[in-house]
Amino acid sequence: MQKKDMGLAVLIVIVGAVVYLRNPLFLSPINLGNTANLIGLFGLFAIGQGFVIMTGGIDLSVGSMIALLGVLFVDMVGRLGVPWPLAVLITIAIGTLMGLAHGLLITRLKMQPFVVTLCGLLIYRGVARGYTAEATAGFPFGASYPDLEWLTIGRSFGVPHSFFAMVLVGAICWVVLHRSVFGRHLYAVGKNEEAARYSGIRTGLVITLAYVICAVLSAIAAIYFAMFTRSVQPSSHGNFYELYAIAAAVLGGFSLRGGEGSIIGVILGVVLLQELQNLVNLLGIPSSLNFAVMGAVILAGVLADQQFNRYRAARRALRAMEPRPPADTATSSPPIVGSTPDRP
Amino acid sequence: MPLSTPSALPLLALQSISKAYPGVVALSDVSMSVHRGEVLGLVGENGAGKSTLMKILGGVIEPTSGRIVIGHAEFARLSVTASQAAGIAFVHQELNVFDNLDVAANIFLGREKRSAPLGLLDRQGMREAARPLLGRVGARFGPDTPVVELSLAERQLLEIAKALSIDARVVIMDEPTSSLTLTETQTLMQVIADLKAQGIAVIYISHRLSEIEACADRVLALRDGKVVGELARNEITHDAMIRLMIGRDLKALYTPPAAPPGKIILSLTAVVTAAWPQARADIVVRSGEILGIAGLMGAGRTELAETIFGIRPLLGGDIRLSGKPLRADTPAQAIDAGLYLVPEDRKRTGLLLEAAIDENIALADLPAVAPHGLVSRRDIRKRAETQRRELAIKAADLTRVAAELSGGNQQKVVLAKWLSMRPSLIIFDEPTRGVDVGAKSEIYRLLRALADAGVGVVMISSDMEEVIGVSDRIVVLREGAVAGILDRPAFSEQGVLRLAVGAN
Repeated sequence: MQKKDMGLAVLIVIVGAVVYLRNPLFLSPINLGNTANLIGLFGLFAIGQGFVIMTGGIDLSVGSMIALLGVLFVDMVGRLGVPWPLAVLITIAIGTLMGLAHGLLITRLKMQPFVVTLCGLLIYRGVARGYTAEATAGFPFGASYPDLEWLTIGRSFGVPHSFFAMVLVGAICWVVLHRSVFGRHLYAVGKNEEAARYSGIRTGLVITLAYVICAVLSAIAAIYFAMFTRSVQPSSHGNFYELYAIAAAVLGGFSLRGGEGSIIGVILGVVLLQELQNLVNLLGIPSSLNFAVMGAVILAGVLADQQFNRYRAARRALRAMEPRPPADTATSSPPIVGSTPDRP
Repeated sequence: MPLSTPSALPLLALQSISKAYPGVVALSDVSMSVHRGEVLGLVGENGAGKSTLMKILGGVIEPTSGRIVIGHAEFARLSVTASQAAGIAFVHQELNVFDNLDVAANIFLGREKRSAPLGLLDRQGMREAARPLLGRVGARFGPDTPVVELSLAERQLLEIAKALSIDARVVIMDEPTSSLTLTETQTLMQVIADLKAQGIAVIYISHRLSEIEACADRVLALRDGKVVGELARNEITHDAMIRLMIGRDLKALYTPPAAPPGKIILSLTAVVTAAWPQARADIVVRSGEILGIAGLMGAGRTELAETIFGIRPLLGGDIRLSGKPLRADTPAQAIDAGLYLVPEDRKRTGLLLEAAIDENIALADLPAVAPHGLVSRRDIRKRAETQRRELAIKAADLTRVAAELSGGNQQKVVLAKWLSMRPSLIIFDEPTRGVDVGAKSEIYRLLRALADAGVGVVMISSDMEEVIGVSDRIVVLREGAVAGILDRPAFSEQGVLRLAVGAN
C-alpha cells in the first residue's frame, strides 16, 4: 500500500469513528451490509474509470451506459425471456463494443475523450429513453431468478455479493494494473505518451483497451444495479455516476493528467464517498446537502494532497542544492529537480 | 551602401559580452555593433553561439559579463521589455504568429488599442494603424485577413510588420528564409533593402551563405562562442565565410574499427519523407562502421531517422534491414525487427522523466522481465543493475526518478534501454547533446564497441568535431537529399560544410 493510500485509509477510519460516536447505528450490521453493497456497486465501475483516467482520458458516458445496458438487460430477461446467462453475455458484449467505439474514435480518429464520451452520455441516455418510450423497465410481477439473484443481490455471512464481486474484480484489476506488462504500458502512456511510443509501446492499443475495460466493468455494474433496483427508470437511472467515479479516482490519488493512481486508491475513494453519504444520513444532515458535503471533502482532500507534494518537492530541491560528488555536478544541462511536478 | 561611417555612433553595440553556463562557455568576449541602415550578416556553425547572443539582445537571458550600449544608454543586462523599448525586434525562424487571429490582431498582440468608454478592442483603429506598416513591407494582404489564409512567406512579412510596429530600429532575422521558396526569398531581400533605406539596421543570421552575400554590408563570424573575423562588403564571398566558420583543431577522438566494414545492414533506396517530399535519399549502412549523418538544422536528418523508425510516414522508397524489407508504420514494428532509435530530445521522447530509472531501462522490453506475464520487480532491478555496471551510470538508487540524473547519465539510461535488447542497428540522434565531456567520451567508446560487435551504428550530429572525430563515413544531407558522402580520408570541416550549405 502506498503512502497516499494509507493517508486515505486513516481518513476513512477517523470519519468512521466520528460518525460512530455521534450515531452508533453506523456499525450496526444492517448499515454495514447496505453500505458494503453500495461500495460494491459503485466500486465496480469506478475501477474501470480509473483505467481510463490513467491514460489521461475521461469517460463521461458511464452513467448513461449503466442506464441503457440496465434497460436492455431487464428487458431481455424480463420481457423477451432470454436465459439470464446469455443476457449477461450479450450485455457485456454490447459494453465491449461501446468501449471499443470510444477507444477507436479517440486513438484512430484523434477525437478528444471528453467530446467522444460526452456524446456517448447523450446518445446512450437518449436511446435508453427511446427504447422504453420513457416507461420504466421492470421484471414481470412475481418473477424470480434464484441463481441470478443469488449472484447479484444475495449475501453470504451477511456480506452482499456485490461487494464480493467488487473485491474479485478489484483483485484482478490490481494484478493487471500493478503487475502485468499491460499495466506498465498504461502507466508509461499516461506519464509520457510520446516517449512510450518511441519505446515501441502500441499506445493506440493500450488506450483503446483502457476504454474497453471501463465499458466492460460498467456493463457488469449495470447488471448489478438493475438487479438491485429491480426496475430501471431510463431518465434517472445512473445519473451523475460518471462524476461519482471520477471523484472516487481523484480522491484515490489519480491525476487527471494521467500516469498516476492505484486500484486500492480508487476503491478507498469509493469507500470514503459512501461513508460520507452514510454520514449525511446518520447525522441528520438534510440529504439535499449530500453533494455539497462530497464536493467540499474532495476539494479539501485534493488540496491537502497537492500542498503536501509541493512541500516534499521543495524539500527535495533543497537537498539537491547541497554539494554532491563532482561526477554528478559536471553537467551542462540545467538541473530539473528545482521545478515542481504539479504544473498548472 | 551603408549610410554609416566608422565614426558615427552605432545604433547598438555589444562590448565584451560573455556568457558561461556550468561547464560550458557559450560566449566569450564578444563585441559587435550595428549602425543605421546597415545589414550585418552573422554566420557560424550550429552551436557557435549565435542564438545565445540573440537571446541576450532580446533580454531572454542575461550575460555573465560585458555591456550593451544602445544609443547613449548602457546596460549590464536587458529585460524583454527594455529590449523592446530600445527598438530591438525579432523575426524568428519558427514563426510566432497566431493563426486563429487576423493580421491586425497579430501585429498589436499584447499592445491592443482600446476604445473609450468601455475599454473594448478598437478593431477599426488597429486595422487603420496596421495598413501603413503592411505597406512598408510590401504586403499584398489587408489587416483584416485571417492569418490562416497567409502563406509562410506572407506570415514572415507579417512578423516584420509587427517588428516595425514597435518602432524597431534594429530588426534581427534568424534564419528567416528556412521555410521560404526562392521567389519568396527574393521578395524578402527587397524588403530588407527597403528597411535599409528607411534607416533601420538589420542583423541577418543564416546558413544560406548566398543570401548573406546578396544582402549583407558586413559579416561577422562566430566560432565556439568567439568572434573569429569580420568581412567588409567587398570581402564577402562564400569561401571567405566558410574559412572563418571552421578552422578549429579537431581533437583526436577517432578510434579505427576493429575490422573493415562487412555486410550491408540497412539500405535506403529513394526514401521520401514528409519533411522534404521532393527529395530522395539513398543511404547504405554496413556492419562494423559508424556512419555519421551531418547537415544543417532543418536538413531533414531527424525526420529521416524517425521515418525509418516508424514515427513518421514513409512516402516512398524502400528500406531494407539485413536484406529484408522493413515496413514500420509504428516504432513497435521497427523495434521488433531490431532497429532502435535514441531520440534527439531525451526529455520529451527518450525518457519517462518522472518514472524510476530501472523502469525506464526495462520499458521497451517488459515481456522479458515478466515471467508468466507478471512484471517482476526483481527482474527489472537485475536488468537495470547489469546496465548500470556496463554503462557506468552514476545513480545512487535505481528506483529514483530519472529526472534527478545529470544529462549524461540520463542519456546513458536511454542507451541502456536499447542495449539490454538485441539490436541490429541503432540510430543515435544527437547522442551527446547536453552531455558533459566525460560522459561524451564514454558514449563514443560505446558507439565504437557496438560497431565492432557487428551492430549497425548511425550517428546524427550537428557537432562538427563529433561527426568528423567519430564517424568512419559521413553522409551529408541537404534539404532532405544526400548532398554527398565522404570517406574518412576525405574528411574535412570545409568539405562537410560545403556539402551542407550547398557550394556554388
